[in-house]
Amino acid sequence: MDKFTTLNSTAVPLPIEDIDTDQIIPARFLKATTREGFGDNLFRDWRYTQGEQPNADFVLNNPRYRGQILVAGRNFGCGSSREHAAWAIYDYGFRAVVSSFYADIFRGNALNNGLLPVQVSPAFLDQIFRHIEQDPSTHFTIDLQAQQISIAGTELSEHFDIDPYKKTCMINGYDDIDYLLNKRSQIETFEKQHQIY
Amino acid sequence: MGKTLFDKIWDAHIVEDVGPGTQVLYIDRHFIHEVTSPQAFDGLRKRGIPVFSTAQTIATADHNVPTVNQHLPIEEPLSRHQVDMLTQNCAEFGVELFGLGHPNQGIVHVIGPELGLTRPGMTIVCGDSHTSTHGAFGTVAFGIGTSQVEQVLATQCLLQSKPLRMRINIEGTLSKGVLSKDIILYIISKLTTSGGNGYFVEYAGSAIRSLSMEARMTICNMSIEMGARGGLIAPDEVTFDYLKGRPHAPAGQAWDEALRYWKSLYSDEDALFDKEYHFRAEDIGPMVTYGTNPGMGLVVDQHIPDAETLPGVEKALTYMGLQEKQAMLGQKIDYVFIGSCTNSRIEDLRLVADFVKGKEKASHVAVFVVPGSKQVEHQAKAEGLDQIFAAAGFEFREPGCSACLGMNEDKIPKGAYCVSTSNRNFEGRQGPGARTILASPLTAAAAAIAGNIVDVRTFLH
Repeated sequence: MDKFTTLNSTAVPLPIEDIDTDQIIPARFLKATTREGFGDNLFRDWRYTQGEQPNADFVLNNPRYRGQILVAGRNFGCGSSREHAAWAIYDYGFRAVVSSFYADIFRGNALNNGLLPVQVSPAFLDQIFRHIEQDPSTHFTIDLQAQQISIAGTELSEHFDIDPYKKTCMINGYDDIDYLLNKRSQIETFEKQHQIY
Repeated sequence: MGKTLFDKIWDAHIVEDVGPGTQVLYIDRHFIHEVTSPQAFDGLRKRGIPVFSTAQTIATADHNVPTVNQHLPIEEPLSRHQVDMLTQNCAEFGVELFGLGHPNQGIVHVIGPELGLTRPGMTIVCGDSHTSTHGAFGTVAFGIGTSQVEQVLATQCLLQSKPLRMRINIEGTLSKGVLSKDIILYIISKLTTSGGNGYFVEYAGSAIRSLSMEARMTICNMSIEMGARGGLIAPDEVTFDYLKGRPHAPAGQAWDEALRYWKSLYSDEDALFDKEYHFRAEDIGPMVTYGTNPGMGLVVDQHIPDAETLPGVEKALTYMGLQEKQAMLGQKIDYVFIGSCTNSRIEDLRLVADFVKGKEKASHVAVFVVPGSKQVEHQAKAEGLDQIFAAAGFEFREPGCSACLGMNEDKIPKGAYCVSTSNRNFEGRQGPGARTILASPLTAAAAAIAGNIVDVRTFLH
């Protein structure tokens, strides 16, 4: 997993609530057996028309908006547990998502892949959307060590929460599996006294 | 201070406290399928490590298998490749596989319970969000991502933060024609698609206790649709009766020992929940959804709300081709899908067959019934349900996830309306542009006969 310390970037706005993982990556694109290449089909059915032409109305096709931060409405990533959703967002080039609320499984999947889910207050989310709308070249700085997101050229910033263990993993690029593999003897000891009925 | 059912099970599986909020949780049962496992096996291969406990791991092929001609090679090359990969991975790592053609093959959340692999007190995971289904047996069961599938394959453990506890009580008696699917769609319509986020839900109350195991599975199955990590129901005599004699259920003295433990699995009188809701069974009617998430549901004789009152409704109605304040009754439909891990068990099929016996589907509607497993398929045939379906013009298929998510050929065309017994009505879920109306098996069967949305209660008097 890639390390995440700070990110300074413009952002792509997607002010829609309850974006489910079927929109992020439709099920018919889950047939690959590797983790790569899912970015091509990120938001496939919003990004392309039924005739497979780019949909000019969708934000990823609008040259005004570029950047490594995706900003989305509340309850982002609900629905299916497919990790392919996090892979697709990362593969497309995003390194952080900003929203006022995440579905549990998506949040975990993102953290397991070096994609930082930044949860801000609804009021700060509105301010971010307003700043991007007024000036798409507005930069945002996400400082994971300080747990702070700020809007460049303004005094505006907000603290965000993250599980301390997950923070360490993101900053150092550690995977859960490395931690768990080191616990083999404890797991084997646990198994000896654990009864499955 | 007493403990909740959830806490009793969770706490019995903590291997280690890692620090603030994070624990190493031991997993008793791991189900895998072809879509979310190939990258996990690849990870083991790259590290050169085996599956930690093959005896606790069970695989099946369900998500993108065809539902016709399963004895022939899969035609679609990418689906075939993924199913072949599962077969190869299971052979290489020594994992038992119920693949296509196997008498135990079926939807992962249908086969676990019917084989007795799902038992009270267990922790169960699968790379699938509807793993919460198994909670009906009093288990802590939840969906995980592929990185976590790899972790469980490698260590039989997961790093987890403990969710909060919620209890939803349903007291009273359900009206005729109202099923457990209606209960859960009603709950989600009240709590919204994110109302359960961060919680593990226990369903309780007299209306829940009166349900069969299959009906309980339908409720727990959709816990994720309100954002909950999972849902569970305390095991009771209904649970024990269901389990006794199943192939993997304990027998003899082991059964008696298990039963003693299972009977301790309930929330203590003085256990505290972080949140609690109360609903009356009498207020629940047959439900249908009108929008593009499972929270956008109403009792079938109600009208679609004013779009200004709810966020996202206008966008949803545009996609669905419906109008605000419109009645759902009378809405013309094109397809009916009876299947999925929510409603494809033998009891669902019996309910549908009982309703459609001697009736015929509306001529403009295409109806397909997809059993949840090979065992359900055989049972349905043994009971002659397939003949009833054929006479009604319903197509009876072979088991798989099918049109719930349209990974195989079973897709609903753009713009068509499908009344579906599945669990998600997201945009494009059943195929690009498909318009899904979620409902119970009875409401779906009634819609198939009428050709439009009807109130099944009016047929039952």
